[in-house]
Amino acid sequence: MKTLIQKHLTNLGLFALASFFTITQAAAQSGEIPRTPSGKPDLSGIWQAMTSAHYDIEPHAAAEGPHPGLMGALSAKPAGLGIVEGGRIPYNEQARRVRDQNKVNAIDNDPLTKCYMPGIPRANYMPFPFQIVQSESVVLIAYEFAESNRIVYVDQPELESQVDAWMGHSNAHWEGDTFVVRVSGQMPDTWFDRSGNHHSWEMVVEERWTPIGADHIQYEATITDPNTFTAPWTISFPLYRHVAENMQLLEFKCAEFAEEYLYGEWRKPGTPRGNPPQ
Amino acid sequence: MKALLPIGLVLTATLCGIATAQDATYEVPRTEYGHPDLQGVWNFSSSIPMQRPERFGEQEFLSAEQIEAAVARQEAAAAAADAAAARLVIDPEAPEATDNPGGYNDFWIESAGIGDTVRTSHIVYPPNGRIPPAREGAQRQFGGLGPDIPGTRPVRYVVGGIAKDGPEDRGLSERCIVGFNSGPPFTPSLYNNNVQIFQNKDTAVILTEMIHDARIVQLGDKPELTDDIRMWSGDSRGWYEGDTLVVETKNFNGLRQTFSSTGDNMDMVLTEKFTRRAFDTVDYEFTIDDPATFTDKITAIVPMTKVAGQLYEYACHEGNYGMFNILRGQRVQERMANEGGAQ
Repeated sequence: MKTLIQKHLTNLGLFALASFFTITQAAAQSGEIPRTPSGKPDLSGIWQAMTSAHYDIEPHAAAEGPHPGLMGALSAKPAGLGIVEGGRIPYNEQARRVRDQNKVNAIDNDPLTKCYMPGIPRANYMPFPFQIVQSESVVLIAYEFAESNRIVYVDQPELESQVDAWMGHSNAHWEGDTFVVRVSGQMPDTWFDRSGNHHSWEMVVEERWTPIGADHIQYEATITDPNTFTAPWTISFPLYRHVAENMQLLEFKCAEFAEEYLYGEWRKPGTPRGNPPQ
Repeated sequence: MKALLPIGLVLTATLCGIATAQDATYEVPRTEYGHPDLQGVWNFSSSIPMQRPERFGEQEFLSAEQIEAAVARQEAAAAAADAAAARLVIDPEAPEATDNPGGYNDFWIESAGIGDTVRTSHIVYPPNGRIPPAREGAQRQFGGLGPDIPGTRPVRYVVGGIAKDGPEDRGLSERCIVGFNSGPPFTPSLYNNNVQIFQNKDTAVILTEMIHDARIVQLGDKPELTDDIRMWSGDSRGWYEGDTLVVETKNFNGLRQTFSSTGDNMDMVLTEKFTRRAFDTVDYEFTIDDPATFTDKITAIVPMTKVAGQLYEYACHEGNYGMFNILRGQRVQERMANEGGAQ
């Protein structure tokens, strides 16, 4: 629930300031954040978002899902408040038409249907956990979905993006207790969600990871892409630590689950799919 | 192909990492948590055979004369390859020495180790450096870059295939499920022999470049993973013994081979040891224990050399046009054969 001040700030477009109030309030309510021996916040752990943003990052009502005759309510899209500050993505006219076209057959066109890596920021709000392994000069973020991961270089600005990658190139520094990561060099093929929201090769994502307690991180990302959007825009949502003693990342090598979707057309007619029972 | 970009590593190490000549006074650096610091990018390329040639018996290291002879052979082979390439530059129309264009040219291949070059084999146990006999009835399946070798699913090897009816008939690397050198255990192969190690307070991560496989090693006492959950890379738990990181991996899914074209890894227990011997050298030792497959354990040592550079994303599946083309090509050939037969 936003305070009156936050609503005014949001209406004025001052999303970052409004989010700062959110973070400050939450931090005041939480316990001590864990720290590394050098005094930096320790973000290490297994985290997961609790949103329906992977369906649609904009506010959305519940809706029928794909293949309703086959899957019934199981494929239905749950409602969600969205994670975009201000509610709407500021597409330029052409990019909005592309989004609308993507949406027509989103389930087939979503790169995740093929088990392609989700890119940033989408990987951070997938319905799968991810693990941060933090050391002083590099941070590894390993995502359960598609075994995707990324290496975040801390205070090494000389390591620039040299080739485009599905998970991009991440450079980071600390601003107080906030871990600021600039992600560049991403492939243009990833989407933000299952609703066709997209970007171009020119996208730069500035992430801000701010711990707001022992088991919570406030995540924000500002997306800049002049090819696609008329202005930078920001998403934000909290991340929750998995606290179960036996929690661990498991394998989800989904390439094997996408083979029939990708290659089934070229299977020899009449031959079986998969391995025989062992 | 975008997905198959080679690593752009700048190799800083030189051929000086001889295990027997390392500095005994070397003090292993520590992480901020006091653990031996193994972090960084390491290259495990090698020209040493995994299995020891029988003529060496139980001799683990080459003599000075044998090293000299081996270096001379390698230099002669490299010079011959350079000369062949130069001939093509002078006369691009010159016929190839062979009709087989091969799968990769020299650009791709990392066959020369940049670290320890003095071993007779990577396998150090059994003492003869040879793979022990397989148990009677153990699975045997052979792949390779040549023609398909008919067989039955599941295909557990990494390269090659039993047929082209569907993707399941191809090797696991062709399907982008398992890297052809990423294991575990990871072993020297044609290219991209790179691994990056990460450490924090209670976790280590072994990230192989091939197929971006980040194997998370939980350190300390955590509840065991149920036997019901089986995974391609298994479940890894670790601890430190002095300056060594020890990793034990179980819960493999039985869909890969144990080692050397043999077994199904279902009951394999893999123990890996990472020991930093010098600023630029980590010894990677692994022991395979699979009594259902082999009559004895297998232990190998693969020295790794530090490289100054970054791993690039090996997005195999996202660029796997090869699988489309293998299957589509086969269907086209079948259609053409049918049409030819009908005439």
